[in-house]
Amino acid sequence: MITLEHVYILAGLMFAAFAVGRARDRAHPRRWRSAAFWGTYALSFLAGSHLSDLANGILLSVLIVLGASGLARPDDATPPTERLLAALRNGNRLFVPALAIPALVLLGTLFFKYLRVGTAPLVDPAHTTLIALAFAVLIALLLGYMLLRVPWSAPLTEGRRLMEAVGWAAILPQTLASLGALFASAGVGTVVGGLLTQVIPMTHGATAVATYALGMLVFTVIMGNAFAAFPVMTAGIGLPLIVGRFGGDPVIMSAVGMLCGFCGTLMTPMAANFNIVPAVLLELPDRNGVIKVQIPTGALLFVANTVLMALCVYRH
Amino acid sequence: MLVLSGIVIVILGFALRLNPLAVVGIAGLVTGLAGGSSLRGVIETFGHAFAENRYVGIVWLVLPVIGLLERAGLRERLQAVIIALQAVTLARVLVSYLLLRQVSAALGLNALFGHAQMVRPLIAPMAEAAAEGSGPISNATRMEIRAYAASADNVGNFFGEDVFVAIGSVLLMKGFLQQNGIVVTPLALARWAIPTAILAFAIHGARLALFGRRVQRAQAQNA
Repeated sequence: MITLEHVYILAGLMFAAFAVGRARDRAHPRRWRSAAFWGTYALSFLAGSHLSDLANGILLSVLIVLGASGLARPDDATPPTERLLAALRNGNRLFVPALAIPALVLLGTLFFKYLRVGTAPLVDPAHTTLIALAFAVLIALLLGYMLLRVPWSAPLTEGRRLMEAVGWAAILPQTLASLGALFASAGVGTVVGGLLTQVIPMTHGATAVATYALGMLVFTVIMGNAFAAFPVMTAGIGLPLIVGRFGGDPVIMSAVGMLCGFCGTLMTPMAANFNIVPAVLLELPDRNGVIKVQIPTGALLFVANTVLMALCVYRH
Repeated sequence: MLVLSGIVIVILGFALRLNPLAVVGIAGLVTGLAGGSSLRGVIETFGHAFAENRYVGIVWLVLPVIGLLERAGLRERLQAVIIALQAVTLARVLVSYLLLRQVSAALGLNALFGHAQMVRPLIAPMAEAAAEGSGPISNATRMEIRAYAASADNVGNFFGEDVFVAIGSVLLMKGFLQQNGIVVTPLALARWAIPTAILAFAIHGARLALFGRRVQRAQAQNA
């Protein structure tokens, strides 16, 4: 069966190739630090499932220290004139590999479940989309080589250039997800929930709704993830007060409450993969550039959600 | 109370614009120690979670393809195509992508698009080219266009996915309520995501359209 493990090996090989490519570039002042960073990340992908928790923790510590101490800047992009000539030469064939990726991910997501070897599924049904993405990338690369005239080394040199433009931010989302696990095991949620109910007097249903909604927003902004905020706020305020004391509907409360959290996700650098990574990927000079254009939408939608919950949750 | 020190470190770290990676590392260390773990225990919990969450890094696999296509002139070709199509405006590109992203997420296809696969190689260059179709744009405007393109992806994704019944957040809510003795169906939860989904499209769609008009007006003034 093809599992996530195979995709991890593929990713590990890619990062290893980036590390080697950087190490061979003698002209670069920080090449060893950068090569060590991508090499360590490669090792985490290749061996992470077989290493002890301690060893994985040491790999992460090495990544944090190397990443925070400054990595190599990416090589310069191909000059625009050369790309313009390439565009004229390649024409609309350029769109085939580009559109193949979403199309193949869609196909894989829908149809992998029908592929079987004997009675066992060929592709791990729990992770079809991620595995489909890996296949889509490989097929798109093949299409690229077949249809376009590019140097054979382009995927690795250009891929490394894009990856180095992202730099240390590449591991930030994964590190933040791990921080969430640490927060949970240390019991941060219980403490925050207890604190909120002590501070705010809950005499009206509307106060409970406002506190719950605001708590979802603020806690999501701090944790970067509405999933982390939901159990805390719902156990602390939602269920005992909105549902328990004031008789609200748990479905409306949960569904709209989660969406209040999503409004928070639009506004926080802690949701790095949604807000920081695209800013880096799109080469914005301001790391918070994406958050800044999202704040008005997040704030308006949050108010709308709170009003929606206050109007509907007690009426059923 | 001491376990909240990690949160304080995160807020201070981001406010002072320190390197976020270092901030997160220190916040994790402090929280774990304050929660009563040993140093070794904290490193183990952190390492275990990091290995478990490797799937978050899978998205980088698309970079070699995007690099190859950009080297072969994808952006330049896209710009030529968009400029030739007179009807394509900045607002239309952004609003259409918001709609496409939201509808596909509502159908459970939220992994189909994203910043690395879609916004960087296709949507942002299309939006920039559409704006350039009605006159030159400043570098600051170009950056703003890119930020709005990323925002369309996020808003469409977040407020589309909850309409789908088998998405993680809906299942999380169902599972959590069930643990607390309340049985609900995913469909009921997903249904209550629809009003917000419509509002999100209305609010963000209007803001994208207004942004498009603002860029156009600035171009007309400079012309």
